[in-house]
Order: sequence, then structure tokens, then C-alpha cells
Amino acid sequence: MRRFLFAAAAPVGALVVTLIITSIALILFGSNPLEAYGDMISHASKLETQVDILNRATPYYLSAIAAAIGFRMNLFNIGVEGQYLFALLIAAQVGSLVALPQVFHILLIMTVAMAVGAAYAGIAGVLKVTRGVNEVISTIMLNSIAISGLIALLQQRWQADQENFTSTTLGTNPIDESGLMPNINGLLEIFTRDIGQGKELTGVLLIAILVGVAYHLLLTRMRFGFDLRASGLNPFAARAGGVPPKQMIVAAMCLSGAVAGLIGMVELADTGKFSPNPIKGLGFGGIAVALLGRNHPGGMVLSALLFAFLDVSSGILQNTEAATKEIVNIMQGIVLLVAVVAYGVTKRIQTREEARATAEALRATEPAEVVA
Amino acid sequence: MSAAIELTGITKRFPGVIANDNVNLTVEKGEIHAICGENGAGKSTLMKILYGMQPADEGTMKVNGEEVVFSSPTDAIDRGIGMVHQHFMLADQLTVLENIILGAEPTTAGGAIKFKEAEAHLAEVAEDYGLTIDPDDMVESLEVGERQRVEIIKVLYRGAEILILDEPTAVLVPQEVEALFDNMRELKAGGATIIFIDHKLDEVLEISDSITVLRHGKTVASMPNDGVTAHDLAELMVGSELPTPDTTESTVTDHVALAIDDLTVADEDGRAVIENISLSIRKGEILGIAGVEGNGQGDLVDAIIGTTDILGGSIELLGSDLTKLSVRKRREAGIGYVPEDRHHEGLMLDAPLWENAALGHQTQEPYGSRWLLNRKGARAQTTTIKEEFDVRTPNIDVSAHALSGGNQQKLIIGRELTSNPSLLIAAHPTRGIDVGAQAAVWEQIRAARADGLATLLISADLDELIGLSDTIVVMLRGRLVARLAPEDVTPRDLGAYMTGAAHQDDNEAA
Repeated sequence: MRRFLFAAAAPVGALVVTLIITSIALILFGSNPLEAYGDMISHASKLETQVDILNRATPYYLSAIAAAIGFRMNLFNIGVEGQYLFALLIAAQVGSLVALPQVFHILLIMTVAMAVGAAYAGIAGVLKVTRGVNEVISTIMLNSIAISGLIALLQQRWQADQENFTSTTLGTNPIDESGLMPNINGLLEIFTRDIGQGKELTGVLLIAILVGVAYHLLLTRMRFGFDLRASGLNPFAARAGGVPPKQMIVAAMCLSGAVAGLIGMVELADTGKFSPNPIKGLGFGGIAVALLGRNHPGGMVLSALLFAFLDVSSGILQNTEAATKEIVNIMQGIVLLVAVVAYGVTKRIQTREEARATAEALRATEPAEVVA
Repeated sequence: MSAAIELTGITKRFPGVIANDNVNLTVEKGEIHAICGENGAGKSTLMKILYGMQPADEGTMKVNGEEVVFSSPTDAIDRGIGMVHQHFMLADQLTVLENIILGAEPTTAGGAIKFKEAEAHLAEVAEDYGLTIDPDDMVESLEVGERQRVEIIKVLYRGAEILILDEPTAVLVPQEVEALFDNMRELKAGGATIIFIDHKLDEVLEISDSITVLRHGKTVASMPNDGVTAHDLAELMVGSELPTPDTTESTVTDHVALAIDDLTVADEDGRAVIENISLSIRKGEILGIAGVEGNGQGDLVDAIIGTTDILGGSIELLGSDLTKLSVRKRREAGIGYVPEDRHHEGLMLDAPLWENAALGHQTQEPYGSRWLLNRKGARAQTTTIKEEFDVRTPNIDVSAHALSGGNQQKLIIGRELTSNPSLLIAAHPTRGIDVGAQAAVWEQIRAARADGLATLLISADLDELIGLSDTIVVMLRGRLVARLAPEDVTPRDLGAYMTGAAHQDDNEAA
């Protein structure tokens, strides 16, 4: 209970501070913060908006897990962005070339996406262990290579209709219906009224939940997860304890990239092809979500929902003109900054508190202990 | 005349340890003052406090008779104190002059660097202190000793009159050490005061005017270098007031557990740090390695557990070759490891005790298997360790950092011994822990020895070495230079071999 309170204090505090700062900013811009927050909340209380939020939270969550796998061993995979976009393109192209029964078609596309993400992230891992290249540098560069190089090039080559460019024909050949992850409106509608406005709740949500559970089991129940965490907590002790540092780096990067490959599945299920302007920024957003959620499978659910809620709120603010829509980006930035500071502070308090409590518990039971 | 440096009652605490405990240090103007002590004795902490890198918790500092409080190295530099770090901080692609003025460039109003002026000032400084260096050489083309000279001049250029040299000889070959000492004499002649950290006793005796010895964070002696011997210093450094572990009946068997043959290990620069070492440890035997720190003991340990590559030779455990195996395979083959620095290589401080107990054994029952971590088994085993090894903790879920050093060490010893190793590598197993925990650790090691464990014991505590070991070998500059029976050796004798003051011929040592 005490641990839980400690864990919750920082994010809740960060949220409160963020609201205060944002309110000041809104007042300075000449908006009424209460009106803006009211609009955001009433908008979010609609079922259709909630579907939008879940659809956005899903890729954020996957992206956060991809980043968190690296963070857990002090590896900074900044390349999630490039990995998922590149994986999306290849998976869309491969998916459009085959016709298979639904389950196999979807599985094939997902497998390809994960394999491409893993391989692309793996490059950074291999460079790090063989050449000592810092993974931050290499993944940033690999982002540029993927987005401005490979994707730009292949997208032209795989353009569906080479003569006739209209907004509907731009992109790769569409994937057959059998390759598209069905929506799970039915599942949600068990608990709610029917979803209107033609909104569809992405089926990838279920995959994200599975990935979250798998991530949790990996870290707490699997020997590999233990090695991963040990490498992050103390790489020298891990190495002396038999954890092979180089293999762990490559494995963690590949695993991170594989999860990154799944991010694009949300969009693919929606559009059925690689369109020239996919939603960008999910990779970088995931880093923020992972930081805010402290790499914790549950914490990242909440932070993904928060970021998704803020993203979706920008639309309504624009409509009602209660505030400038950029305020949501400001809020995302502030909450992250404040949270990171708050985490640092609580960590220190917690460490001190634990040392004190331990010493006290020992004094109570063994008054004769010799203190070094 | 007031002393150049006068530290009184300096105390510095870190969570769980007292790095400096009421340390006093007086350095007279114009002298070379050596500070020696084992690693972890608190030398570096003291120097960091003096150079303004860390604040002291208690105590006062006087520089040239005036009381000062430093909040950063800038304050120390303003008072004429300069520090040359063990690891050089030079830009390879710049010239000597550019490196020296880096961060303190004389500029014109427009921002252009006045190289002429800088060069003149450099020449002046070099002249004053009798140091020669070509300001136009590229740093990348310089030898290690020359780079060090650049670092020293850099400090002098900024007006330092009190120099702190942090283990300046650690990176040098013998000829370079001579050159450094010549430079230090020149500096002294030029009026500089030098504080220099070293634990190679012959060097300390050669160059210093006065010597201060630290042990366990306390000043144990401060004296002029006058009639002091290496033996005296060695005794002061390691102390001999601790309770001696009793020598018990020999449990040495005929079965060789660890056999090392003609082992050679090189560092990153290709210099041999271990040369042609051969040794064997039998079941039930404790082989003690004596040596001044940094003479290859650490490299030997790394070579056995597999964290460093070897250049030549073989390492066999119970008759099977280890040299091609990964660290994990070696650990699984039965190597237990109590590292020299438990915070560096032993523990995950932010993880709970039961996870720390699993570290190094996570692939083996009861902690886990190839794929899974056995939480239940690991927790049960940790509880066993807590009880059998008397780890004082309220429960096994507290983080490792919450325990005292002695209890952390007992946890490590416990996890290694309960995994039934064939070989235990124990590096400084009782360093920095209280007397009660120390006796417990000795007891556990002796019990395991009686059960047939082969132990490689490295310790700077010579009484511990003599008391526990069945055989003692001495390492000096990466070689085994003596092989002694603990029954008829004293810390004094050991000190003589460790510092090279006494010799055994090769046949005897091998």
C-alpha cells in the first residue's frame, strides 16, 4: 500500500502541477481554462470520442512498450518512429501481394511487420556491440534513412496506380479484406450502446493488451526478462552474473523493434494500404508515454490514455474555440517534464525512507546489533 | 609561516559508509606530500573535497592559513589549487598550446584568441617550473608521460601553486615514472606544493617529503619521510589490530579444482597485466594472493570468471577447459564469485534482496531455469540465506541499498556458497564491513573449505590472508614472485615481497 501510494503520488502531483501551469498559460492567451477543460471533458464523455481515444491509445501503448523494453536496460531506442513506418510499408506491400484465409493473412502481415521492425532496430544493436556506435545516434540516423530514404523510394516504386494520382489512389495496392484486422465494436457494444458516426474500435487493441501482458510476464516471470532488468540495474553485476552484455543488447533492440512493428497495424486495419501520409510521431510519442508510465505495463496504459485523450481533445478545442488546440501539446510536454522531475524526487525520498525503515525494523527486533 | 593546506576534522558520509572520518591533513608550503592508503581508504574522497568537487559534512579547510569553503572546483582554482586527474582530459586533435588554454583562452575584445600572448605566458610558466614541452605538438602524437606533463602545465598555467596529483604513476611505465619524479622535483624547486596520491610504497618513499596514511577513512599516521620503511607503511596501510582468523587444521585434498597454466592477459593497450602465471588450487584449499593493489590480481579474477579475454595459457576447472566458455557457462560450471566491490559487480542496489540473491544463478534451480524465473524458489532460497548467513533485514523484499555493508556482503557470500560452487573467488571479502560481520564471513569461508571448496582469496588485509590461507602467493607487476606457507610468514615479510623489497628465485615461486 505504501509502495503504491509512493508510485501514485508523483504522477498525480505532476497532473495537478500541469493543470495549474496550463491554466496560467490559457489565461495569458486570453482563454478561460475552465471552459476549455469543460469542453475537453464533455467531449471525452461521448462514446464515439472514447473510441477515438482508444484507437489512438493503442499505437501509443505499443510504441511505449517498444521504448520501455530498451529503457529497462538503459538502451535508448529513439528509432521506433522509423522502425514502425518502415515495417508498415513492407507489411502493407507484402499483404497486398497475397490472398490467404483471414487468420493467416492477418498473421502473415503482423509477422512481416514485426520481423522488419526487429531487423531494422537490430542494425542499431549490432552496430553498438561490434563498433561501439551509440544507439541514440544510430537510431536517429536510421530514422532519417527509413523515412526520407527507403520509404520515399519504395513508396514510389510500389505506388498502386502509376499514372493516375488522386487522393484515393495514392499509396500501395490495397490489401484484400481478409488481411485487415476487423473492428471490435461488437465487443465494446456488449457494455455500451451502439457506436455511432461510423466509428470503429480497432481490433489491434486486443493485440496491444496481449503485448502488455506478455511484457509484464517477460519482466517478472522469464529468465530473459530478469537478465534484461539486471543489465539495466547494474550492467557490471549482470555481466559478472553471467548475463552476456552483447547478446542482450542485440536481443533487446530486436524485441523493441518487433513491438514497434506492430504500431502501424492500427493504421493498416483502417486504411488497408500504406498511404503516403501515415500518422507520424507515434514513435516519439511512445517514448514520452513510456517515461510518464515509468516503463510499467499498467502505468503506460494510463499514460497512453492520457496522451490519446489530449490528442483527441485538440479537435474539439478547435471546434468550440475555447482555446487554441496547441494547448494539448503544451500539456503533453509539461506533464512529462514535471513527471520526470517528480519521479526523481520521489525516488530519492523512497530510497531514504526505505533505508530508515529497514534500520528501524532491525533496531526494534535486534537491539544488540553492531552498527558498522 | 602557515601551512599550504590544513584540513581539520574532515568527515564525509555516504549512505551506508563513512568515507572520511575526522581526517586531519597538514601540507607545508613547498613540500611533496604523499597520501597513501588502500583503495577505499578515502583518499579520493578527501581530494575531491579539497578540490571542491564534493562538500565535506564536517570539518574545516584552510588554504595558506585562511579558512575556505569550496562549492566547486572553480573556487579551488581561484585559491591556487589545481588537480591532475588520473585519466587525462585532453583533446587529441588539438595542439599542446590549444589544450592548455582550453577553457581559459585569452581573447581580444572581438573574441579572437591571443595565441601569441598565451604562448608567452606558457613559456614563462614552463621556465619557472623547469618543464619542457613543445607548444605546437599535436597531443595525439604524445607519449603517456608527455600528456601527463601537459596536464600538469595546464594546471600551472591557470595559476595553481598547490597541485593535487591523483595516482599519477598508475598509467606510467618505470622510465616515465622517473621523468615524472624529475618534473616533480623541478616543480618543488619552483616553489610549488604537491599533494600526491599513490599506493606504490617504493615510489612514495622515493619522492615524498612527508607521508600521510589513511585507513578505513581515518588518518592513521602523518610523518616526515625520514627513516620510514616500506614495511612500516604497508603495516600502517593494512593495519594489524583486527582479530586474527584462527588457523585451523588443514583440509587440503589431492584433487585439483582449479588449474591455471601459463596464463597471460593484456590490457587494452596490449601491455601484459598478467604474465605467464601458473597456479593450482586443490579441493579444500584456500589459496591467498597477496599484492599491492593493481598488480594484476583483478585481471586474474576477470580471466577466471571470463569477463576479459586472455592472450595465452589455459584455465581448467575440475579437469575441463574454461577458456572458451562464456561467463554464464563458467558460473554454471561451479564458480562462485564474491567481487572486490560489491556495489560495482555484486549487487543491483535498487532491486529487492531476493532478486539480488538470484543474480548469477538465475539459470539454475532453485532460482530459475533456461526460460523461467522461479520466483517461489528464489524467495525460499533467499529466506534460507537470510537465516543461515544471518543477513539482518526485516524481509527479503527490501532493496539491497537499504542494508548495511556487512549485511550486503553476507548476502553475497550466502548466495555464492549456497549454490555449492567448486571454486570460490573471494576478492576482499571483508573489506569495509564491521568486525562482527567479518568474523561471520571468515567462519562461513572456513566451513565451506572443510566441505571441500577450493577458494581463491584476494585480500589487502594481510592478517586475514595469513589466517585463512593454506598457501600464499605474492603478485607483483603481473607475475607471481613468491610462494609462501602462512605458518611461517608475517605481514612484514609479505609486505617486503609485495613491494619488491624481498625476492624469491623463480623456481621457488613457481
